[in-house]
Amino acid sequence: MNGQPSILAAEFPPTIQEFFPPSIAPWGGDNPWFTRITLMVWIATAIIIVFFLVAYRNPQMVPTKRQWIAESIYGFGRNSIAKEMIGADGVRFAPYLTSLFLFIFGVNLFAILPGFQISPNSHFAFPAMLATISYVLFNYVGIRKHGLGKYLKMAMVPPAPWYILPLLVPIEFASTFLIRPFSLSVRLFANMFAGHMLLLVFTLGGFAMINANGLLAPVSVLSWLFTIALTFLEFMVIALQAYVFTVLTASYVQGALADEH
Amino acid sequence: MLLAEVHGSTAAIGYGLAAIGPGIGVGLVFSAYIQSTARQPESSRLTLPFVWIGFAVIEALALFGIAFGFIWAK
Repeated sequence: MNGQPSILAAEFPPTIQEFFPPSIAPWGGDNPWFTRITLMVWIATAIIIVFFLVAYRNPQMVPTKRQWIAESIYGFGRNSIAKEMIGADGVRFAPYLTSLFLFIFGVNLFAILPGFQISPNSHFAFPAMLATISYVLFNYVGIRKHGLGKYLKMAMVPPAPWYILPLLVPIEFASTFLIRPFSLSVRLFANMFAGHMLLLVFTLGGFAMINANGLLAPVSVLSWLFTIALTFLEFMVIALQAYVFTVLTASYVQGALADEH
Repeated sequence: MLLAEVHGSTAAIGYGLAAIGPGIGVGLVFSAYIQSTARQPESSRLTLPFVWIGFAVIEALALFGIAFGFIWAK
């Protein structure tokens, strides 16, 4: 029992190294750039672009099935997210918000797809870049509408008595300009990171238990059943995180576009 | 004089403590949604987006705990 070779794909407990898959192609050396992660981002982007291009090739008044699916997806982004959070003016942000939602959802979906099983958003660079784009967007929109001075005053100075303002202004400044992009990116990153880690723990734990003592096999099966349950939970988290990132971006844009009280 | 020595990862203890707040917070969000829907069922559709936003924002704090456990681990 104890002398059998390990059948682990990786060691238990999982470490950070699990998040850095090896290079697919022979190039890259010590710092591989073409790994599963790169491939996933390319595939997700390609699928989204190609699907929408093909679905709108011959648009008709009575939509075909493919056109109806594409319109439903875009309608969700436009009505439920853009118009509901920003108002009637929000339709001009609907393309960006829908693309953001679909990109995050599509790329995160690889976390539960067999074969890939990691989300590129568990590398902090991707959520950081998306959060930076959203940050620049809502600030630029606010500055362009109100002018720099008025926008800063609106963002940093809440309507409060003058003697509390020295306390409130630094808090508002940190909350709007520092914490928002940070929390947007870390929320998405940490969700994907923690989800992947959980699945790894239960999967590799099942293998580790069998390797340690063959009598633990039923417990291992339990561990793998729990992995399956966690995969469904992970799917819910994936959809929710994509939705929340987009809705929060829309909410920040709405806050930047809001008129004076 | 060394009285006692504890080995192991304080990150694990830290995360356990850090998960108390978000646990209560998420419970409050869903409890508010259930109560408001019980009082006025027509409002459920209006308040549902806020349920998800609130849940994700509060959950983010719990997840900071997980992520920082790895960042600050020795």
